[in-house]
Amino acid sequence: MIAMQTLTQSLANPTRFMQLSGRLLPWISCLAGVLLAIGLYMAFTAPLDYQQGHAAKIMFVHVPSAWLAMAGYALVAASSFGLLVFRHPLADVSAKAAAPIGAAFTFLCLVTGSLWGKPMWGAFWVWDPRLTSVLILFFLYLGLIALRSSIEDEALAAKLTAVLALVGIVMLPVIKFSVEWNSLHQPASVMRLGAPTIHPSLLWPLLVMAVGMTALFAALHLKAMRNEILRRRVKALRTVEVENAGGLAGQPAG
Amino acid sequence: MDLGPHAAFIWAAYGVVAVVLTALVAWLVLDGRHQQQLIDELEARGIRRRSRRNGAPNQDFG
Repeated sequence: MIAMQTLTQSLANPTRFMQLSGRLLPWISCLAGVLLAIGLYMAFTAPLDYQQGHAAKIMFVHVPSAWLAMAGYALVAASSFGLLVFRHPLADVSAKAAAPIGAAFTFLCLVTGSLWGKPMWGAFWVWDPRLTSVLILFFLYLGLIALRSSIEDEALAAKLTAVLALVGIVMLPVIKFSVEWNSLHQPASVMRLGAPTIHPSLLWPLLVMAVGMTALFAALHLKAMRNEILRRRVKALRTVEVENAGGLAGQPAG
Repeated sequence: MDLGPHAAFIWAAYGVVAVVLTALVAWLVLDGRHQQQLIDELEARGIRRRSRRNGAPNQDFG
């Protein structure tokens, strides 16, 4: 616990975070690239699903996207909690960086789900509890991004966005349990009590793709956090420049 | 590669994933370069972060 606290305090320093993330980022990116290459090979050489045929291959990108859409929101909410409760200097950076990446994965979940739904259900979209709740999650992500960009005062924008993010976390259990509410969507077949119900020949490609996409998410999040820290440094430097110019202008001539 | 009667849906799904993730990576790489370039330009004009000027470890973004 003390070691964890020390690590958190150590990472609270943006300069230390930049050093550590700069070292980690190439390794996580390489890991993501290798795992995704292996996962894609396994996905396209996996045996046919006895019901869905080749269309089950869409699940190898759809399911990880869905997991990361929800995990991304949990990250935004946890970071927002860190900002509001602990005032961690990097918490807002993390929340701001995670929102567009989570939105992108939610978009991928919706689009790949639609492309699977047309051949399997006969429709690109149905107003099913699972699909609708994921669509609301996508709008929630967009709302967080829009709210932040609509407020000029960055500290106020961070606080209001964090409050909205914490309120929106109610969507995660709604999405999780929505398959039990008269839904067309199949119930959980990997993350469930008891063993997964998928045959190992299809489960392994799915897990490799999921770990690969999670590594990619982590790399994107680290990179987005680094960019945000640089953006705040640019702002700080511009403030110093304006202060210097004001100081010189205030000096008497001659 | 024969992906059966639903090949177009499968390729479209993987294509959308590839396009969105490539765009995300490209956006982040270009944004990072742009921010670093702005910092380099400001520092070339002699603007220094307060923490750098004081020689103290940087506890904030400035």
